[in-house]
Amino acid sequence: MSRLDLSQKLAILSDAARYDASCASSGTTRRDSRDGKGLGSTEGSGICHAYAPDGRCISLLKILMTNFCIYDCAYCVNRVSSNVQRARFSPDEVVQLTIEFYRRNYIEGLFLSSGIIQSPDKTMDDMLRIAKRLREVENFRGYIHLKTIPDAAPELIEEAGLYADRLSINVELPTDQSVKAYAPEKNPATIRKAMGDVKSRKDVASERSYTGKRGKRFVPAGQSTQMIVGADGSTDATILGQSTMLYGDYKLKRVYYSAFSPIPDATAKLPLIKPPLAREHRLYQADWLLRFYGFGVDEITAARPDGNLDLDIDPKLAWALQNRALFPVDVNRASKEMLLRVPGFGTRTVGRILSTRRHRRLRYDDLLRMGASLKKAQAFIVAQDWTPGGLTDSADLRARFAPPPEQLSLF
Amino acid sequence: MYTVPLPRIGTDIAWRDAAKRLIGAGVSPEDILWDFDNEMGELFAIDTPLPPVTRRIKAPQSFVEMANWVVWHKDPQRFARLYAMLWRLRHQPGLMQDRADADLAKLRQMEKGVHRCKHKMKAFVRFRDLRQGGARRSFAAWFEPTHHTVEPTAPFFARRFADMDWMIATPDVTAQFIDGNLTFHPGQPKPDLPEDATEALWGTYFCNIFNPARLKVSAMTSEMPRKYWKNLPEAQHIHDLIAGAEAKVQQMRDAAPTLPPERVAKIKRQLRGRD
Ligand code: SF4
Repeated sequence: MSRLDLSQKLAILSDAARYDASCASSGTTRRDSRDGKGLGSTEGSGICHAYAPDGRCISLLKILMTNFCIYDCAYCVNRVSSNVQRARFSPDEVVQLTIEFYRRNYIEGLFLSSGIIQSPDKTMDDMLRIAKRLREVENFRGYIHLKTIPDAAPELIEEAGLYADRLSINVELPTDQSVKAYAPEKNPATIRKAMGDVKSRKDVASERSYTGKRGKRFVPAGQSTQMIVGADGSTDATILGQSTMLYGDYKLKRVYYSAFSPIPDATAKLPLIKPPLAREHRLYQADWLLRFYGFGVDEITAARPDGNLDLDIDPKLAWALQNRALFPVDVNRASKEMLLRVPGFGTRTVGRILSTRRHRRLRYDDLLRMGASLKKAQAFIVAQDWTPGGLTDSADLRARFAPPPEQLSLF
Repeated sequence: MYTVPLPRIGTDIAWRDAAKRLIGAGVSPEDILWDFDNEMGELFAIDTPLPPVTRRIKAPQSFVEMANWVVWHKDPQRFARLYAMLWRLRHQPGLMQDRADADLAKLRQMEKGVHRCKHKMKAFVRFRDLRQGGARRSFAAWFEPTHHTVEPTAPFFARRFADMDWMIATPDVTAQFIDGNLTFHPGQPKPDLPEDATEALWGTYFCNIFNPARLKVSAMTSEMPRKYWKNLPEAQHIHDLIAGAEAKVQQMRDAAPTLPPERVAKIKRQLRGRD
């Protein structure tokens, strides 16, 4: 095998990383380099420096340290049994790529993950050293996200948290059975234990000791995880139940849903499908409703008997159509909780309604100006000059929103 | 009648100073012409000195913050609209909370436009290495903003790239950061910047992080509108990526599962031995 140059390695090792959905660079501590002694800044909200034609944000240099891997996860392009071309960056190459890309304003920082080489500890240790060098030798103050290797020693994961803004450990699949079936070397209990360790370490760091001193900075942007959707038979109810547990028990910042997507040299064990992008989108919407709109999993997944979300309409609308007896709500009087449940009203619109309501009675056009989507909302609300009449209970209401049946195409 | 000249660099401070004096003297909106960067020429020039500062003028904090954005909008009416709002606020102090007021809605929309432009500038400026040697490295970029956003956005670059010298040249205003000092200069035509080999690596990354099985062009263009493409080195690949996506995915599907490489059996034996 001829030696690969940097560009070839970059091609292989970013190709291998693209199945990880996360590219977020937000929510960490504010830092800058105004002292002139370092490079980089982070200011709360992340920046998407480019968008690929798949519509996804490119915020970080998302690469694998190596795509050699001794595990055999069926869904993964890097599994040991795959014949994809392998490559490995030297620590210096990762550091230089990160710094040079950053200086040209291409990226917010680095998202480094890796296949497992030799042993989990060795892999984690190599990743750790890259992060440490970026921070301590290059004085890099941009964003670093490390994908942790759950089987690595807790001390290594703990040290990683001192350099990284975010740590992630992918739960990979929604149920323990699926993990066993498709990622035979991984152990769901170990994954959860690693997430639990990060959580408790973070709790300790944010507490003040009796001297009033705060602990060392530890993953200020928290931890996240990813679940692959559509590779196994789990329903949306199962997936969202799992997310609720992860948000609750492990205080995860984000759960990413990644539609199972064709990979080169796939295994016969997991035949390739068309990536279920619509399903992935609905799961994100549902996830949002769980976290910011006061919905429970049962409510969101009750609309259909099979436990899956309606693909044709968004989950809030689906819920409202099932619960029409609660509508219409009067925008001039309804509680915040109820306004948040109106299809077509986002959190921002609801905030504006509440603040403007103190000054005047709201009319239909006022809501338009506030950014509400009235095409959806109008059947569910009453305003000063608007009542939906029979619309709320009309039999064809769902049909107004659902897209016309799609033409079938060959797959 | 007042004609108020407002400079291209330092517009925010000049507008605020003039607005304070005029409101203080009770000058009504229809008696003011705002002249940005001499665009009116001599035609309307009436040399009435601005009224003196007589008292402290109060305005809601939310208005002040909004005005600090809106002054950078490209709409020639921006100054008049802001002043008219300030004028109304004298008697309607709660106006800023009224999200349904049409004048305010328009200003908020303009504010959003400037915000977006600032955000896109942070995202889409692409520096090239000038390879000048010396203790600090130097970089330069050419950018074409939609609004007059260079001035309010440059401090972001100063906080981020403080250990290097840089210039962001635009047709509107050019920002320069040398030895830690940020300065602004008149806009200029596109400079000739040297080729930078790292751009090719960035292109390689852009092509390979793209997943051809998830083609969603409209999601890309809504966030990265075409008007920016000509100054983004990675954008030259977009056409080919889209054109080749389907074939790539088909190839993955058609490929029959291969036999695992020989090393697999050995690795698996070792893994089992470890537990
Ligand atoms: S451990 Fe599994 S998921 Fe991770 S790189 Fe290896 S094969 Fe892929």
